[in-house]
Amino acid sequence: MPDPLLDIRGIDAFYGDFQALFGVSLRVNAGEVVAIIGANGAGKSTLLKTIAGLMHPSSGDIIFDGASLGAMPAFAVVKRGIALVPEGRRLFPSLSVEENLLIGAESRRKGPWTLPRIYDLFPILAERRHVPATSLSGGQQQMAAIGRALMSNPRVLLCDEISLGLAPIIVKDIYAQLPSIAGEGLSVVIVEQDIAQALKAARQVYCLQEGRVALQGDARELTRERISAAYFGV
Amino acid sequence: MSEHRVEHATRSSQVGVALIAVTLIALALAPFWGDRQTLRLLAEVYAFVALASLWNLLAGYAGLVSVGQQAFVGLGGYLLFALVIMFDVHPVLAIFIAGPVAAIIAIPVAALTFRLRGAYFAIGTWVVAEVFRLLASQVSVLGGGSGISLPAAAVIAMAPTRQAREFAIYWLALALAVIVLVAIVVLLRSRHGLALTAIRDNETAAQSNGIGVVRIKYIVYVLVAFGTAMIGALIFLQKLRISPDTAFSVNDWTAFVIFITVIGGIGRIEGPIIGTIIFFVMRQTLSDLGSMYLLIMGAVAIVVMLWAPKGVWGLIVERYGWQALPLQRRLVLKDKSRPDA
Amino acid sequence: MTGWFNVILQGVLIGGLYAMFAAGLSLIFGVMRLVNIAHGDLIVLAAYIALMATTSLGLDPLTSLIIVVPAMALIGYALQRGLLNRTLGDDLLPPLLVTFGLSIIIQNGLLELFTADSRKLQAGAIEVQTLQVMQGVWVGALPFIQFVVAVAVIAGLQQLFYRTALGRAFRATSDDQAVAQLMGLDTRHVFAMAMALSLAIVAIAGVFLAVRANFDPSIGPARLIFGFEAVIIGGLGSMWGTLAGGVILGVAQAIGAQIDPGWQLLAGHIAFLVILAVRPQGLFPKVSG
Repeated sequence: MPDPLLDIRGIDAFYGDFQALFGVSLRVNAGEVVAIIGANGAGKSTLLKTIAGLMHPSSGDIIFDGASLGAMPAFAVVKRGIALVPEGRRLFPSLSVEENLLIGAESRRKGPWTLPRIYDLFPILAERRHVPATSLSGGQQQMAAIGRALMSNPRVLLCDEISLGLAPIIVKDIYAQLPSIAGEGLSVVIVEQDIAQALKAARQVYCLQEGRVALQGDARELTRERISAAYFGV
Repeated sequence: MSEHRVEHATRSSQVGVALIAVTLIALALAPFWGDRQTLRLLAEVYAFVALASLWNLLAGYAGLVSVGQQAFVGLGGYLLFALVIMFDVHPVLAIFIAGPVAAIIAIPVAALTFRLRGAYFAIGTWVVAEVFRLLASQVSVLGGGSGISLPAAAVIAMAPTRQAREFAIYWLALALAVIVLVAIVVLLRSRHGLALTAIRDNETAAQSNGIGVVRIKYIVYVLVAFGTAMIGALIFLQKLRISPDTAFSVNDWTAFVIFITVIGGIGRIEGPIIGTIIFFVMRQTLSDLGSMYLLIMGAVAIVVMLWAPKGVWGLIVERYGWQALPLQRRLVLKDKSRPDA
Repeated sequence: MTGWFNVILQGVLIGGLYAMFAAGLSLIFGVMRLVNIAHGDLIVLAAYIALMATTSLGLDPLTSLIIVVPAMALIGYALQRGLLNRTLGDDLLPPLLVTFGLSIIIQNGLLELFTADSRKLQAGAIEVQTLQVMQGVWVGALPFIQFVVAVAVIAGLQQLFYRTALGRAFRATSDDQAVAQLMGLDTRHVFAMAMALSLAIVAIAGVFLAVRANFDPSIGPARLIFGFEAVIIGGLGSMWGTLAGGVILGVAQAIGAQIDPGWQLLAGHIAFLVILAVRPQGLFPKVSG
């Protein structure tokens, strides 16, 4: 078995005195889609923030492409090839749609993703490129947030709750683009509350419960019973 | 449920209160053991303790970081001179009139400067002080730009001999500083004080807990103006001379006061007292250096702010758990033999 | 009639200088919510650097800008990375008190090095040249150049903010620091670049100040106040508003001075307080500022 692209080894993470992650381990192979599910407060977002360098593990290690990320700051992590689509999209309100996309390329990584490619993927963004990002609809904002992350030509794309607050039809649209995104050899880690959506999109599934990995396995082999047991801790 | 009661005092604060009482008696007797220079220096120390404590209440508790408190020091001084020269008021009485008058003037000033947020509020208060300074230099009855001395008749009216005057001013300074400190302690131990501490610790949380943050800030601003103006009146009564530049000096009445508070420990009642002692020790040893001494003071303040933001008193509290004045509320559970760690 | 017109015109021209004081202040507030109390003292520091450049290298004051501007930008970058970045956060006190301490340090450092004597930069023949704007109305060549430069600085800043990658990074960092980091922006560097730019503008303002009038180490705080008043009059976050604010302040001072020399500064402050009272958001506020 080849070494995974991203190898998270038993990390702990804290918010002040509050421990949010307990010895979490997770592996992502190149080109693979991995889903992380779990209830509110299970530590899913914390895990993504820690991988992206916005927080740092107090113990354990994150190995990316054979090298430890250590306490690398977020701006350096993205330059290594890990991009995060943050929860709630968080587009820059003072920037136009196109500027939001352009600033995604600030890490100056070469690769297939350019402004025209993003506009091919999400044509509505091309149409609305000059409006302020905040005047987009929720679904369009989510597209812009994904496009902005792709502009850094990441090797791993971390998506935090991209379906949150969006109409089901729009979620379906966005997820429909996932294969063409992953088709470029990109690994994708999605955090989802919508279990069905996660199981459909991902190959590997990890279920977090109160900061620990409660269950992991192949998406096609996990039964509904085992998932709900891991999800709710019953 | 266990029985419990709320206490202010700790063993160290009981020792502290005893120490304070002994010190106060010794200081009150200073005219009988100190020479003239000591008395003058001590009176100046008291004025700075009071000014720094007032600024600490304003900035450290109410979060109103003003760099324009010289407005009220100067206003107090000028009110004293105006009352004495224009209305023949007794100088000591004038001090106690200057306070409330300044408080009334502070109300519209607050209404205006409170429109500015955070750091811009700070500079706004400075503009107000500048306006006061420029207005003072327009008043020709009070000497205009070059200032004026207190008339000899009024000085003599205060006390016939020079020594008696010096004693009077010394006791006045001590009394005013004690009054200011006691008033601050009483305020902080009141219901408003609890709210103020909540504001200091987390303004947003305080607001969401239904504390009328703006109203309390208003009250504090006006009260601080009251006290600051009285101290200002006293300072210029001691100097016997006033001019716009000395009365509204940002260095003397704000820079020094801020350094004292920051170095001693902002947001703590003991901080300004410790800070004033450090300030005067530094001044007595470094003042030969001229402007270098100010430069060193600025550098010390920066270092303290960045690396020991709770100041010298904060370091002492962290290390030994002391508190000289009983302000914190502690919950004591009676069924536990050991107090909470 | 032309007398008053002249007074107002002079006020407008000096307003350009105030706008330059304000632009640097407004820039760093916009990017990192920092209010730099030492801003005025840094203007005076720039004037002294220009003084050294003109006396030791024999440069003309305006030519000395090629040294003063990069020197101040460098100081700004180092100051932000070495000191001011540590003060940023939710707490209001550290940046305020550290820049206040810095103000005292610069003032007294300059006093040690250069004494309290008044200095002035000599610009030579250009100082006495005048231009006729219309019948009976003349303006000095230097005040005119100063105003044109101020307009150019504001226009340049506006372009930089809305047309360049650096400006984009400034706006993004101002919006959301954490997400800016996720984009690969080192916010410590972005802040330092903003301070470098702010002090580059301070350098230009300092040189013009030094050519215009006498200066000594103690005049910084008043320049801070003028800049601050121009920012608030113009409205936070608006560059062109800053120019308008500077001009209004300059005109108010000129009119005050015309009535009574003692009223020059007072008239400016009163204009500021009146605007604060009737329109606290400033004349041209930027909604998303």
